[in-house]
Amino acid sequence: MGKNLFDKVWDTHRVGTLPSGEDQLFIGLHLIHEVTSPQAFGMIEDRNLKVLYPERTFATVDHIVPTKSQQRPFADPLSEEMMSALETNVRNHGIRFFGLETEHQGIVHIIGPELGLTQPGMTIACGDSHTSTHGALGAIAIGIGTTQIRDVLASQTLGMSRPKVRRITIDGEIGNGVYSKDIILKIIETLGVKAGIGYAYEYRGSAIETLDMEARLTVCNMSIEGGARAGYINPDSVTVDYLRGRPFVPQGEEFERAATHWLSLASDPDAEFADEVKIAADEIEPMVAWGITPGQALGVTGNLPKLSEVAKEEREGVAKAFEHTSFREGSSIAGTDIDVAFIGSCTNSRITDLREAARIAEGKRVSSTVKALVVPGSKQVKAQAEREHLDEIFIAAGFEWREAGCSMCLAMNPDKLSGREVSASSSNRNFIGRQGSPGGRTLLMSPAMVAAAAIKGSVADVREMI
Amino acid sequence: MTLNANADPATRITIEGTGMPIRGDDIDTDRIIPARYLKLVTFDDLGSYAFYDARFDEKGAEKAHPFNDKRYGDAAVLVVNKNFGCGSSREHAPQSLMRSGTRVIIGESFAEIFAGNCAALGIPTVTAPYEVIEKLHEAIESDPGLRIRVDLKQKRVDAGDRSFALEIPATFRSSLLSGTWDTTSALLERIDAIRAVHDRLPYIGG
Repeated sequence: MGKNLFDKVWDTHRVGTLPSGEDQLFIGLHLIHEVTSPQAFGMIEDRNLKVLYPERTFATVDHIVPTKSQQRPFADPLSEEMMSALETNVRNHGIRFFGLETEHQGIVHIIGPELGLTQPGMTIACGDSHTSTHGALGAIAIGIGTTQIRDVLASQTLGMSRPKVRRITIDGEIGNGVYSKDIILKIIETLGVKAGIGYAYEYRGSAIETLDMEARLTVCNMSIEGGARAGYINPDSVTVDYLRGRPFVPQGEEFERAATHWLSLASDPDAEFADEVKIAADEIEPMVAWGITPGQALGVTGNLPKLSEVAKEEREGVAKAFEHTSFREGSSIAGTDIDVAFIGSCTNSRITDLREAARIAEGKRVSSTVKALVVPGSKQVKAQAEREHLDEIFIAAGFEWREAGCSMCLAMNPDKLSGREVSASSSNRNFIGRQGSPGGRTLLMSPAMVAAAAIKGSVADVREMI
Repeated sequence: MTLNANADPATRITIEGTGMPIRGDDIDTDRIIPARYLKLVTFDDLGSYAFYDARFDEKGAEKAHPFNDKRYGDAAVLVVNKNFGCGSSREHAPQSLMRSGTRVIIGESFAEIFAGNCAALGIPTVTAPYEVIEKLHEAIESDPGLRIRVDLKQKRVDAGDRSFALEIPATFRSSLLSGTWDTTSALLERIDAIRAVHDRLPYIGG
């Protein structure tokens, strides 16, 4: 019986068994940011420990960065303190830092792949649940808490139990105007937000294999919204072509050797999985997550559920969603008025996302009732978009063009909803209060769908605007 | 509240106290601790912000929430439903619960990163089926002063005169019982093996 990629990579990184029975797993790449790391450095220093392999940790700043201007000191003293703490910590411990003054600052899950830090066959940890993103390159990538960041800093290892692996096969072709964001929202809607607990997800099938790398990153990014701490896609020629020439990958002949190794890590044809789920790609519509979990989602031509028709075990959650959103049972999601349009976040702020959104926005105007912003995921994405004049398209259409950061995805910076605003958002979570206003409402969708909603002033089927 | 019936303060074998029912599936970490409270470089003051936006409206007036209910004021045992702690990896969530008195959480299921964060803090996340959770919710709601005793060794919870079986992952249970949930030193014990893996990985030394 062959092995799947997850087990191959896990076995290579297994240091031993801990007294608790957990595996001790070596972490090949550790990424840190300003929000979840300061307490971990505090714990290291309290115990007179050192960072074991400082060259295996890389830092950037993303969550708290204002996106209108990155000028220091930040207006918010708490953000400034957090920023200074990170600067001090990376300096004291010899950690490579992609700070605001460098050309590579950006959202941690954007810059890892962009720099080629993320590579197939690695184990990757970061104090952020969307670390699952990096699995798109064929890595085991998991989100961890601050105490575990301490463990990785001190020992470059973590204690973990090996999850089961579920194979999710998406065969067929997605239609024009349907994106990888719609695939992952469909997966979460189908399986639910709890189904992934105890699992890693392997995404495969013709609809996955034909995606470019940036679209794959979007799929793996939201694994955690389905409850799976990790998700991955087997390395193939798309993976190798994406990585070739990036700053942190080997060059020349060494790259070719690495590429041969990467391809060998893909799940064997006879690999075993705990179970398998199949979804037909051609049935997937542009999706909208309307409620208070990403699983409360539907196709753009669909109607919101009627409570009486919702399965008993989902009813309380759906009732809570209606209570929060004040949307009407049974009404169509298309035509729902929006106040804010946000294109950004670690899910959808890469250059291909901006190109698709710009294609919709070109030559049109954002509705006068909508405040719309585009926040590139990294300085590199921003520079590339400007080389392609996408910024001009967005600005001409009435979008604000911002600096790189997490922005309105989680509202730890000045970009927030206010009051009862409804946001069309390319981010990953529609939790109550997530975008900064306890009464705010979030509709998750693809960047192209957000652009369409911005122009229409309400949720619209992007397929009619292409 | 009695943290440990046994002599060694580093172990968690039994946890006893009153309970607090938090009803609902998919209670995410943004709800447990809103992101604006993550801008603190220490965890020290997080206790007062647990469930803040569920407890207070935008003008600061109290809303109905178990954390505002004085009858549950000293609760050490949270009783929750499915997928508790989903979403963000922020350890601030269990930190805020721990610093407001939570010592153990009983639920139908837990999001994995949240459970891992609790494990690292020595807070057991133990599971029981819906029927048991419902009975515990009802028992606590009708008698908030009810003593609840979680026994990790026996994998049982006693609530008044009733007793129910609990599930806890073997690895987590063993680290709590032996007092080794603080993992750093256990991890560093294998420093030679760590270096060996480091040196043989194809993308580092090998």
